[in-house]
Amino acid sequence: MRAALFITCLGDTLFPEVGVATVRILERLGVEVDFPLEQTCCGQMHFSSGYGRDLLPLVRRFAAAFTDAPAIVTPSGSCAAMVVAHYPRLARRFGDERLAAEVEAIAARVYELSQFLTDALGVEDVGAHFPHRVTYHASCHATRMIHVGGAPLRLLRAVRGIEVVELPDAATCCGFGGTFSVNNAAMSSAMLTDKISHILATQSEVVTAPDRSCLMHIDGGLRRLNAGVRVMHLAEILAADGDAP
Amino acid sequence: MRPGADGFPRAAAVALADPQLRRNLRRATRTIRGNREAAVAEITDWEGLRDQAAWIKHELLSSLDTHLERLEASVTAAGGRVHWARDGDEACALVGDLMHSRGAREAIKMKSLTTDEIGLDHALELRGITAWETDLAEMIVQLAHDRPSHIVVPAIHMSRGEIRDLFARSFGLPGLTDDPVELTAAARQVMRERFLRAKVGITGANFAVAESGTIVLVESEGNGRMCNTLPPTLISIMGIEKVLPRLVDLTVMLRLLPRSAVGARMSSYVTLFTGVHEGDGPSEFHLILLDNGRTRALADPVGREALRCIRCGACLNACPVYEHVGGHAYQAPYPGPIGSIISPQLAGMHEHPTLPFASSLCGACAEVCPVRIDIPKLLVHLRERVVTETDAESVTERVAMRMLLRTLSDRRRYQAGQRALRLARRPLRSQLARTLPGPLAAWSSVRELPEIPQQTFREWWAARASGGTQ
Repeated sequence: MRAALFITCLGDTLFPEVGVATVRILERLGVEVDFPLEQTCCGQMHFSSGYGRDLLPLVRRFAAAFTDAPAIVTPSGSCAAMVVAHYPRLARRFGDERLAAEVEAIAARVYELSQFLTDALGVEDVGAHFPHRVTYHASCHATRMIHVGGAPLRLLRAVRGIEVVELPDAATCCGFGGTFSVNNAAMSSAMLTDKISHILATQSEVVTAPDRSCLMHIDGGLRRLNAGVRVMHLAEILAADGDAP
Repeated sequence: MRPGADGFPRAAAVALADPQLRRNLRRATRTIRGNREAAVAEITDWEGLRDQAAWIKHELLSSLDTHLERLEASVTAAGGRVHWARDGDEACALVGDLMHSRGAREAIKMKSLTTDEIGLDHALELRGITAWETDLAEMIVQLAHDRPSHIVVPAIHMSRGEIRDLFARSFGLPGLTDDPVELTAAARQVMRERFLRAKVGITGANFAVAESGTIVLVESEGNGRMCNTLPPTLISIMGIEKVLPRLVDLTVMLRLLPRSAVGARMSSYVTLFTGVHEGDGPSEFHLILLDNGRTRALADPVGREALRCIRCGACLNACPVYEHVGGHAYQAPYPGPIGSIISPQLAGMHEHPTLPFASSLCGACAEVCPVRIDIPKLLVHLRERVVTETDAESVTERVAMRMLLRTLSDRRRYQAGQRALRLARRPLRSQLARTLPGPLAAWSSVRELPEIPQQTFREWWAARASGGTQ
């Protein structure tokens, strides 16, 4: 099986380890991974900030980069949701029916990583070994927009040596919300404080999620507090082979 | 939307500094949320019911004018009188004139969001008329010279102790305890006299049925029923979107509303009344149909979805933002997620430009909405309207967003941008970042910035392909 990696601009620029881990998992499971170099950003930040009408170039760029890919895998529930839920409507809005049909066909082949593993490959045990206490934050868009459901937790529970601890209010937003975190900074940090207190209550060593953007936010707070809990993207845990990460 | 803008961000920051408010809200919203979940779980086809409700309202909104004229005809045929009000001022003047010509100096009022929206109590006060709130929570808010902070639970921001103090002070009852039974008894004592004295009753309307001219009132205390049965003159005010085509539509709506609002199978008092009947109830009935921005909202093909709202407040209880700050921070008659999409549409985008941004777009609201309003979609749509129709977004922000978009629209510019960012590795790690204005400072006030890595993913990929690394 072949799949193209949709890395996301954040993953490409700030968190390359997530992409590296994703490639490792997929290749370990026999998937031939391709990385279309023309991809840049899905435009979610502009879209959510009220600049949706300027996004035509990014929608076209994404479509051109991935039109030939048999499957498109991304380690981000939020960016997957942008393409799946919003691209066809955006293209239609620009009056480009051909583009709309193209992105609709592409959207049907876009998978968030945990969905690709459990739904497309039918795998839950990806052969990882991670002997640590871990709690899982159910990122909003992965949970409510593309409905990953229990897939990430099933994958985590199949990891050897892991101890998965339930996070109280796991599906409550961490307060990131892209530009929300800066234009409503006080509100955002109050939500983050709640999330962090729940994470600390689990006494976990690691908090994981299907989105590095939520984790960037959570990590920013954890490090400010010197809380001693690390964030790791789901892919990093699933790629782990038991050596200290 | 610049960091820390006036409007919601600032008001929210003030509310966040009040720990008692946070405790009150958290306890109350969590309780209602739990009750709602239990009540919803009892219905086997809840999702199907939501589909039906969404469809009823969707159809209604696509031919609202027809249904309103039908309602007018039915109400008139049943002996009522229908008045049309373009805005809040017109509606308030109508009520004031009706009362004035009947020599009435006071009215008893059922809890009504629509009258809050148009500031009826205050407008009447200016004409020397007192409108007594009879819903317990609305009465508390009125006594405290406060504003409601929740659609269904107007005094949700206050604790029992705070209410005890207020009653003790206002009613001259220093020995009052915070026992709910005692508190209610004290309020009842005061209210009974007003019920028996008033010559005019004022209510809102949860629904109005076009085919029969029936007004539907849903409440839990029964005081609203006092308002619509005791005084000889009854005035009901409703937003034009509250009309329903058929009586049978209530079989859907009345199953959704109480469960979504308070987690009840049915509200204690559901009143259906049609026109006037000799010797039974009020001898005259006036229905005021209020526009106040609703036709403007209807003209927006995306935004009009907000007019499906049946005011259950479930989205408020589900919202992590609302749970932290309560309704006052929204500075608008309708708070919470639904308020953020209704208030700017009713009053105009210039009035509430920060409200569409008062959400992390987590989607918890849409999950519980009984009429399937896609609140996050509407929030994003209205953000776009703020950017295009108002000057709330500064030139600096517009330029920054456009430059970023230009960078992201071209692979070479994008990669150059990545390299440029790497040059900022060290400065961003320093304390300096925290002192910079704008988004970096807003982020760093409570969070560390991420470390910028030595290598981007695409550089790793290229190096691996050329055998440089594994």
